[in-house]
Amino acid sequence: MTHFYIKKSFLGRSRRDKNRSRSFTIEVEYALADGLLVGISGPSGSGKTTLLRVLAGLERPEEGFLTIENESYFNTLRGSFIPAQRRPVGIVFQDFALFPHFTVRRNLLFARNSPYDADRLLEMLSLSSLANHFPSELSGGQKQRTALARALIRSPKLLMLDEPFNALDHDLRSQVREVVRHIHHSSKVTILLVDHDSGEIQTLCDEVIELKAGECLNADPNAA
Amino acid sequence: MIWGPLFLSLRLGLIVTAALLVVTFPLAALFCRGRWRGLALFESLATLPMVLPPTVLGFYLLLAFSPYTAWGAWLNKAIGLKLAFSFSGIVVASCISGLPFMLQSLKSGMRILDPRLWEASYTLGKGRIETYVWVVLPNMAPAVASGSILTFSHTLGEFGVVLMVGGSIAGQTKTVSIALFEKVESLDFIIAHQYALVLVILSYAGILAINLIQKKQQRQTA
Repeated sequence: MTHFYIKKSFLGRSRRDKNRSRSFTIEVEYALADGLLVGISGPSGSGKTTLLRVLAGLERPEEGFLTIENESYFNTLRGSFIPAQRRPVGIVFQDFALFPHFTVRRNLLFARNSPYDADRLLEMLSLSSLANHFPSELSGGQKQRTALARALIRSPKLLMLDEPFNALDHDLRSQVREVVRHIHHSSKVTILLVDHDSGEIQTLCDEVIELKAGECLNADPNAA
Repeated sequence: MIWGPLFLSLRLGLIVTAALLVVTFPLAALFCRGRWRGLALFESLATLPMVLPPTVLGFYLLLAFSPYTAWGAWLNKAIGLKLAFSFSGIVVASCISGLPFMLQSLKSGMRILDPRLWEASYTLGKGRIETYVWVVLPNMAPAVASGSILTFSHTLGEFGVVLMVGGSIAGQTKTVSIALFEKVESLDFIIAHQYALVLVILSYAGILAINLIQKKQQRQTA
């Protein structure tokens, strides 16, 4: 079970004037059963990415906690905070953040030096023929799959995908959707998927968290 | 002939460039990523030698290194460091004078580096040092090369600071710029031309290398 409560201020876009930013506060509590695929939907600037960044350990919340399989990774009441590099969390960034000086295979081996697992993941995500290519030589969909493989090679307990369908055309969207489904079924990893398109999320995910300007709109069915 | 001062300058340039690469990297990271408000004061101080007249910098460094001042006497007594009119003195002085050249290049390199790459490395289980060595440094190679070339060329041509701190002691502090000045003073234009030509060739090669690196970088990011 992954259980979190997060309260954090962040700068989002004002609803009245899209060019102005103003401070919002995100406050979300949720408990995810292991192996679920949970979507987080909401318009731009509603705090979706901030939520993922806090869970990954890239930002500190003002209040909150995160436990994954009964292990605490931060708890503001106790003053504990485990940094990003020691959390069993994988994240695929919106812009993929692949290392441009490494080949596809080396991107995976940098995350975990296990050639067997790297080759297995490359094959699973149909990237074997591109193993020795650099990220600049890949298409958007291929970059997306490489970033997924890189996050998966560390066998995370929680995998987070930040807008994986963003800027993809219709064909690529369905390709990436299939890849996410395939990963979810084969690795049984708990997945948190962020997207502004709630329709996309409804069709793909087991549960949905809806965020609006930082507020969590739907009640968490699992939180204690 | 001209080889003594030339080799001394090349040795000085290499030592200063190597030392500044090590020292300036964490400084550039601090100035780029630090959130502390007072940081701007230190950043301006580190950049000051770029605009300060070299003689002013040289004068204060000479006072600081002199065994007749409290600081200089302490350096001399406590750690046996005699910096005034010595090769080590001109190395320290050239490091201070060349610091902004290396710093500016590394800072620009770090600023254009996608911050997601650091974060991706952290989320892949890598610590700060591993991230610097395997992710930041390789992606800053053009900035590191430009900074090194600029610092090396600047050190090679440094005159005011070196003369003030080191004087002109053959084999120890008489660099190629000082030797050129002395040859002009004694109207020995043939040797002066040789020194000047070597400096022109080295400086031009340095600038050409920087331009080629920048062009290659533009092609890669296009």
